[in-house]
Amino acid sequence: MDFTRRNILALGSGAFAVATFAGLPAYASKTDDAIAAFTGGAGVTDGGVVMTAPEIAENGNTVPVAVSAPGAVSIMVLATGNPTPAVATFNFGPLAGARSGSTRIRLAKTQDVIAIAKMEDGTFRRAGATVKVTIGGCGG
Amino acid sequence: MAKGVKPRVKVPKTAAAGDVITIKTLISHKMESGVRKDGDGNVIPRSIINRFVADFNGQNVIDVTLEPAISTNPYFQFDAVVPEAGEFKFTWYDDDGSVYETSKKIKIA
Repeated sequence: MDFTRRNILALGSGAFAVATFAGLPAYASKTDDAIAAFTGGAGVTDGGVVMTAPEIAENGNTVPVAVSAPGAVSIMVLATGNPTPAVATFNFGPLAGARSGSTRIRLAKTQDVIAIAKMEDGTFRRAGATVKVTIGGCGG
Repeated sequence: MAKGVKPRVKVPKTAAAGDVITIKTLISHKMESGVRKDGDGNVIPRSIINRFVADFNGQNVIDVTLEPAISTNPYFQFDAVVPEAGEFKFTWYDDDGSVYETSKKIKIA
């Protein structure tokens, strides 16, 4: 086979695309694993959860995030683009005034932040928000 | 116990019975990754808060599991029902075994 300049360029870009896509699912599957561990494999439907996060976070070290889900037993927050996606799990007790909580989290880069809520009836709901991060919060 | 740990909690002084109040908590806490070494080459033990619990008169309000992705000086804001006069108790659990506690009394007005 003759390697023309055009062929080599095509090969190169193909290999690059494969490499990029191979790199991404590593984080995605970690997130899926974390969700599966929380839900026990049950289906997750959209809606029923409100997640408040800034559109652009200048400092990835402290990104204010608020979650609220009326009727939830617990809410898990996941950062899909962090090396470890788990962020926090809020478990509500009998004296919780509202099924909501807010905290500050670290985000390594621009990514989706997901909240999964476990409802009193045993179903799972989710909500997400994309946060643009100017300076990442994991060193470097 | 890690140095310079100072819990700060904001709870209203009074509330009507059955009211829902908002509580804000912040604990000054320098995280320690557990990877750094001191001058002698010994690993400095990891010190990251992994659990936060708020109770009112022994009944649970909120129980949060923290992962390292929570920022330094963990901050929480949440709502609580106040059925009677009593005391809120806040507890933070550290990876190095330390437990930080603080409490706030609330009166019924």
